[in-house]
Amino acid sequence: MHLLKVMMVFFLMQVCVVAQAQLRIEVTKGGDNPTPIAIVPFSWSGEGLLKEDLAGVVAADMGRSGQFKPMARAEMLSQPSVSSEVFYRDWRIMGVDYLVVGRITPVPSSPQASSSVPVYRVNYELMDVRAEKSVASWKIASVTDLRAAAHHISDMVYQKLTGLRGVFSTKLMYISVERDGAKGKVYKLQVADADGQRSQTLFQSTEPVMSPVWSPDGKRIAYVSFATGRPAIYIQNRLTGKKIKLTGFKGINGAPDWSPDGQKMAMVLSKDGNPEIYIMNLKTRDLRRLTHHYAIDTEPRWTKDGASLVFTSNRGGSPQVYKVDVVTGRVTRLTFRGNYNARAQVSPDGHDLVMVHRENEQFHISVQNLQRDLFANLTKTSLDESPSISPNGSMVIYATQHNNKGVLGAVAINGNIKYLLPALRGEVREPVWSPYLN
Amino acid sequence: MSKYFLVVYVYSIVQANNVVLNGLIDSNKELNMSNMKNNRKLLAALALGVVLVGCQSQPSEEAVDTAAAEVIESGSHDVAGMTDAAVKSEEALAAEAAQALLSLTVFYFDFDQANVMSNSYDALQAHAAFLNSNPAAAIRLEGHADERGTREYNIALGERRAKAVEKFLLVNGVSASQVETISYGEENPAEGGHGEGSWAKNRRVEIVYK
Repeated sequence: MHLLKVMMVFFLMQVCVVAQAQLRIEVTKGGDNPTPIAIVPFSWSGEGLLKEDLAGVVAADMGRSGQFKPMARAEMLSQPSVSSEVFYRDWRIMGVDYLVVGRITPVPSSPQASSSVPVYRVNYELMDVRAEKSVASWKIASVTDLRAAAHHISDMVYQKLTGLRGVFSTKLMYISVERDGAKGKVYKLQVADADGQRSQTLFQSTEPVMSPVWSPDGKRIAYVSFATGRPAIYIQNRLTGKKIKLTGFKGINGAPDWSPDGQKMAMVLSKDGNPEIYIMNLKTRDLRRLTHHYAIDTEPRWTKDGASLVFTSNRGGSPQVYKVDVVTGRVTRLTFRGNYNARAQVSPDGHDLVMVHRENEQFHISVQNLQRDLFANLTKTSLDESPSISPNGSMVIYATQHNNKGVLGAVAINGNIKYLLPALRGEVREPVWSPYLN
Repeated sequence: MSKYFLVVYVYSIVQANNVVLNGLIDSNKELNMSNMKNNRKLLAALALGVVLVGCQSQPSEEAVDTAAAEVIESGSHDVAGMTDAAVKSEEALAAEAAQALLSLTVFYFDFDQANVMSNSYDALQAHAAFLNSNPAAAIRLEGHADERGTREYNIALGERRAKAVEKFLLVNGVSASQVETISYGEENPAEGGHGEGSWAKNRRVEIVYK
């Protein structure tokens, strides 16, 4: 049953693959005391060369988590592909704690198959070097997308070793802006793998596109587009590309955020004269106004339980983060440090508030513990914005400036690792981490 | 020497009008008074028109005061230019001044603020006068913010700025049907730099005649 599910997912994943790297990764701060792990190159028993280096992708994934330090291939004394070939001593003397080995074999295509897309089987194992034993072994019975297979392997290994579900098979959505001589600026809404590879354009316009957000199941997205000359909120099917205009009221139509149950959309409308938070029932399109204040109320984000929203308001004189109970409408202030705290998101476990925070005239990504009075800046750069928490709560992706260009940055929520994802062309911003997609 | 006094006199009228207008922004009942003053205000602005063109392009609250002070100080050696201006008819001068003020279509704001700055009043008054006498004319007020802070908050801030300018125009008799507002937040900066120089130019409302 599980294998069937994995197979189906992988077949779906290869539907629209674009082999073009849009983002690359530059690690700016390594993890503290990462666990040494060796991802041995997987053996391949078929003909020719594979298009993807599976073990290389897994090693990069593990390294990017900040919790593991993958061993350089040049240092490996041997390259086993099954546990029976492993000499634990070879790895122990190199200081490796864990070992991943695997083999890829071709799956003969059935005579009825019309396409000639190669199909692979992958067997892989995780070993504990000190205990000298196999921890787990897995099999992917049939897969065409080797990069997706690699990210899946990373997820399995990561979860086995940390107890936390991996986010290597998730995706990142973001806005890119490129200058096109004839058209001026071109805004593209793009989706890439969590490692920044294989970006695809979901929507593009010569007018601003902003505030993208995922549906809880990851199948649909919502965003604000100025394509008609005025802002409007759109919902688009990620796979078919079909889109509908959800709102087009007078004034602001902004900051959409899907409720955790997928039934409602929080948004900001200024149709009544002032930016206020509304909740729209997506079935009936009924609107309910949640805030009533002459100040700016914006950037609503649902808490995981769907019972409340955090939002930004300058009702106290400067932008601060507040929480509103969806049922009672009761508003409580959450941030008190400094005079600019905005675009907050509550972590999946409900413990932390991640936000944009101004300190010494600089805008950082910061985290505030909601139970105890703990506060920390996750970034040190000055124009950081648009934080988005990974679905397992371990990482935050955000937008920043690097070499005078808009780039994406990622940082562990415990500050353990930091890396940048600059675009190969143009500028990128407003990253949003997808939910788990399988 | 008489030119010197003219400049001081004109400046004082402009300032007096600004004081009146300051009080008017939130007060519809004083609308008529504001309209009555419009002609005098335009006339007053005319002599300083050229000076104001210069200082309007400076996104600073102190711009008017500073410019006026400079004129006063340099009054004695700036006589030639003033003499030419003085021989023109009042109507021609008024038209020229109105034209100069109407050419100002960008108005600046302080960080995280949406109050119309006092150095924007004269040009906004000229636009109000123009829209009053041309009921078929219509404008779009485009509000913008600098890149600092968050994007949706900046959309809200840009809207506040556009609405503050709209309110100023409506208080000065412009029909609501002639004005529409839109906010681009920080999405369409006038300048791409990442310092106060660029930020000051990006915190703005632009008047676009349709």
